[in-house]
Amino acid sequence: MPDIRISKENFPGAIKQLMDRYRVFAPVKKGRFHEFALLQNVEQADLGFSNTLLSPKGLFHPQAERMFEYSLAREDPNAGILKEAQKDFSPRVILGIRPCDAKAFELDDANFNTESIKDPWWVQRRETTTMIGLACESPCSTCFCTSMGTGPFDTAGLDVLLVNIGEGYAARALTEKGTKVLEITSGCSSPAGDHLPLAERQQAAEQRIGTAFDPAAIAKKEMLELYNSPAWEEVQFACLNCGACTFVCPTCWCFDIQDEVCADKGDRLRLWDSCMFPLFTLHGSGHNPRSNKIQRVRQRFMHKLKYYQDKYNSGPACVGCGRCVQACPVNIDIRQVGQKMASPDCSCSI
Amino acid sequence: MDNPYLPYPVRIDSVITETEDRNLKTFTLVFINAEDERKFEYIAGQFGMLSIAGLGEIPIGIASSPTEKGFVKFTVNKVGKVTTYLHNMEAGEIMGVRGPMGNSYPWDLLRGSNVVIIGGGFAFTTLRSSIVYMIDPKNRSKFGNIDVVYGARSPGLLLYKDELAEWEKRSDINMHITVDGTNDPNWKYNVGFVPTVTKQKAPSAENAYAIICGPPIMIKFTLPVLTELGFPPERIISSLEMRMKCGIGICGRCNIGTEYVCKDGPVFTLEQLAGLPAEY
Amino acid sequence: MQQSYTESIREAAKRLLSEKRVEAVIGFRKGTIPFMNEPFLARTVEQADLLIWDGNCAMNLANYLPKRTGSVAITAKGCDSRSIVIHLLENQIKREQLYILGIPCRGMTDKRKIADNLNGREIIEVEETGEKLRVLGRDFEQSFERTEFLEENCAVCTHKNPVLCDELLGEPVEEQQIDRYEEIRKIEALPPEQKRLFFDELIQPCIRCYACRNACPACYCPTCFVDESKPQWVGKTTDPTDTRTFHFLRAFHVAGRCTDCGSCERACPVGIRVRLFTRKLEKEVKELYGYEAGVVQDERPPLDAFRPDDPEPFLG
Repeated sequence: MPDIRISKENFPGAIKQLMDRYRVFAPVKKGRFHEFALLQNVEQADLGFSNTLLSPKGLFHPQAERMFEYSLAREDPNAGILKEAQKDFSPRVILGIRPCDAKAFELDDANFNTESIKDPWWVQRRETTTMIGLACESPCSTCFCTSMGTGPFDTAGLDVLLVNIGEGYAARALTEKGTKVLEITSGCSSPAGDHLPLAERQQAAEQRIGTAFDPAAIAKKEMLELYNSPAWEEVQFACLNCGACTFVCPTCWCFDIQDEVCADKGDRLRLWDSCMFPLFTLHGSGHNPRSNKIQRVRQRFMHKLKYYQDKYNSGPACVGCGRCVQACPVNIDIRQVGQKMASPDCSCSI
Repeated sequence: MDNPYLPYPVRIDSVITETEDRNLKTFTLVFINAEDERKFEYIAGQFGMLSIAGLGEIPIGIASSPTEKGFVKFTVNKVGKVTTYLHNMEAGEIMGVRGPMGNSYPWDLLRGSNVVIIGGGFAFTTLRSSIVYMIDPKNRSKFGNIDVVYGARSPGLLLYKDELAEWEKRSDINMHITVDGTNDPNWKYNVGFVPTVTKQKAPSAENAYAIICGPPIMIKFTLPVLTELGFPPERIISSLEMRMKCGIGICGRCNIGTEYVCKDGPVFTLEQLAGLPAEY
Repeated sequence: MQQSYTESIREAAKRLLSEKRVEAVIGFRKGTIPFMNEPFLARTVEQADLLIWDGNCAMNLANYLPKRTGSVAITAKGCDSRSIVIHLLENQIKREQLYILGIPCRGMTDKRKIADNLNGREIIEVEETGEKLRVLGRDFEQSFERTEFLEENCAVCTHKNPVLCDELLGEPVEEQQIDRYEEIRKIEALPPEQKRLFFDELIQPCIRCYACRNACPACYCPTCFVDESKPQWVGKTTDPTDTRTFHFLRAFHVAGRCTDCGSCERACPVGIRVRLFTRKLEKEVKELYGYEAGVVQDERPPLDAFRPDDPEPFLG
C-alpha cells in the first residue's frame, strides 16, 4: 500500500474512526508524565511526547494479571479447581508507540512465545493488537537505540509507521494489519505523493543519538570471563536494589505468581517481580544463590547484555530507550556498564 | 490455546509419612480427568508443579516412574507455607498438578551403559523414579550394571524403606544403602557418609554414567570421589534445585547464564555446569 | 561555596586513604545525566580524585553503612549525620569504623521543580557556580537562582550542619527557624472523606518498586514486612489497599528515626510526595515526646524506649 498523508486537522477524525472499530491506546498526559491509556475520547491523545515514563509493556504484560479464579467454599464441588479468568482480547490499536518499544516487544516474544510453550495471554494480546508507531524526531540525550540494533525510525514490530512531517503525519503500512487500519482511516487521509522527506528526517534523528557501547563486542566475550570481571565491584556499589529500572524497562519481564484469597474465593495472579529484589531467588530451604547485591546487579546486566544474546543468537535484551538511566535514583548508567563489559580497559566517559 | 499455567485437578489418593521426623510425606495423586493423565505423560527425572488453590505452587520431582500407571507420586519436604498446608491434607482432598516439566535424565545416552546412582537424604525422589523405570522388565535389558548408593543421616530418615529392602534382595541391581550413623543393632546395611561409601564400593566408571542428587555438601565431597574413579565431567549428571514459579521457562526466576533451570534443566552434566555461573 | 567542598573532600579522602586511616571513602562521583550524581566508593588515591560535591548530592549516603565491615570515611550533611547517629544507636555500625567528613549544607537542587519551570523541555547540561545554575537545552539556555529551587526538605531544613563528625569541611552555615509542618496541618484539617481522597490520589501512581524504602537509611530490615510470607501481611499487587498499607506502615516504622533527608521522594520514579506521610509521623513524635531523630547522640528514638512518663493520650 502506498504511503499516505493525514493532515493535522484530520488527525483527530482518523483517531475517532479507529476508536469506532478498536479499543485505542495512546499516550495520555498524567501530571508531569505520559502513559499509554485506553482513550475515552479523542482529545486525550497526546502525541507530542518524548516517551512514556513506564514502558507500554503493561499493555501486554500487566503489572498484576488475574490468571485464574477459584472457589474455596466447602460445599462447592469445584472448590480448589482453577478456572481461567475472563479476558478481553478484542482487537485493539496502540497508537503512537515508539520504535524502541515496538522492538522491545519482539525481543520479549522470544521469551513468551516459544516453540514448546506459549503464554496464552501474551500471545493473544500480541495477535489482536495493531501497532501504529510514531517515529522519533527528537531523541532524548539518554536514548541510545541506534547502538542496540534499532533506531528512531525502525519499523521492527510495527504495523504502521507514522512520521510527523510538520503539517501532519505521513503513514506507511508495514503489514496486513497496518494496511487494514490505514484503510479504515482512508476518509481522513490522502495519498502522500512522492517526495516525503522521510530519509532526511531519519538521518537527522539518528545523528542526534550518541553512541553507547557495542553489544557485538559483549557477545564475542566469554561468558564466565565477563561474569568474573572485577569491574562488577565498582558497578554495584551505588545500587539500591530497588527495582525501579526493571519496572520501567520494556524488556524486563520477570514475574511472580501469587494466590490471593478473600473469604471463600480466590485468584491466582501474576505480578511484576524483579531480579533486583533480595528475595527473588530465595529457596524454601533458606539458601539464596544471589544473596549479595553484587550478584544481583551482575545478573541484571549479564542477562540483558550477554545471556540473552547467547541464548537466542540475537542482539541484546535492550533497546536503548534510556528509561532506566532516567529512573535510577543513584544514576547507575547502563551505557557505562555496557561499555565496561564491551571493553574493560576503556575508561572514557559518556 | 492450551494454558500451561492451568493445573490439572487431582485427588489425593493416599498420604504416607516417609521419615521418622515426619517432615517427608509421599502423596499419591490421581487425575480427576482421565485425559489429563495422558497429557501428563512424563519421563524419569522430570518434575511437576503441585498447586494448592489459595496458597500457591511448589516444584517437586516426580517420584513415581512412568511405568507405574493410574497415579503419580510426589515426596514432599515440609519447609514453608504451601508444603506445611499440603502435609496436613488428607486422602480425598483436591489439589492441582502442572507439568511434566524439565528435561529429565538423558535416557537415550544412558541406554547401553552402566548406571551409577548416588543419592542423599530427600533428594532421592527422582532417583526412585529412575530406578523403578530401569528395573521394569520392559527396560532392564537396555542398561548394564546398576549401582545405587543412597544414604541418610539415620535409618528413620531414609525414603521408601520397604522398596529399598526389596531392591537390596534383587540380583539385577547393586544397592548400597547407608546411614551416617546409627545405634540400631539390627541395622543390616552400611554405616558411613555417602562419599565414603561410594569410594569403598568403587563402582566402575567404564562405560558408565553417574547420576548424583543430594544436599550440596554431599555433592561437594562425592564429586572428587567420582572423578578419582574415572568419571569425566560429561558423564556425571546432576539435578539442580532452584526457586521456581512458572516452571516453564517464562518468569525468569530460575535463570542461570543462558539456561532456565526449569526448562533447559534441571538435569545438567557437570561439564555443562562448569560453563555456567555458579549461582545455584 | 559548594565547589570548594569538592577540593576539601578530595584532599581529606586522599589523606585518609594514604595514611591508611580508612579502607575506603564513601562519597559521590559525577553523574552521567544532569542533576544526578552517583554514590561512589573510593578505595585508592586515584579514585579519590573522582569525588565531587555539588547541589546534586542529595541521596543519604548513610544508606550504605548498615552491616558494613571495615573502616570507612563518609561525607555527611546534617540529615546524613543524624541518620548515622540513628545507625550507631541501633548497632548497625560501630563508631570506631567511621570517619565522618561533615559538610555544612546549603541545600540540594530540586530537578523536578526546574523541569516544571522549563515546561518539560529537555535539559542537556547544567553548570553550577556557587548558588547560580546555568541550564542548557538543545535550543535554549536559562539561569536559575539555586536557592529558589531547593528540594522541599532542604527548604524547611533546621539541621543543615552535621551533628556528628570527625572533620568539618567548612564553616557552619546559619540554621533557620521555620515551621516545618504547615502543609501537614493543612492536611490534618481536612474532613475524613477528603483526606482519604487526597491520600488515594497521592499514592495512585505507585508502582511498588520500593525505591523509596531502599533509598532510606532507616529501612534496613533483612526481610521487610512487605516481603514476609509466613504469614503474608501485604499483597504484592498495586491494589490501592495494599499500596496504602505499605506507605502508611513504612512511615510508622521510620517514625522517630527519619531525618527528612528526602532520599525517598527523590528516588521515587513517579514522583510521589511520600514525605507527607513521614513528616506527619515526625510531627507526632516531636509533639508527643519532644524528640528529633539523631540530634542527640545517646538519645534513643521514642518508639524504641520506654519512660514511665511517656504521654498516653489514647488512654482514658
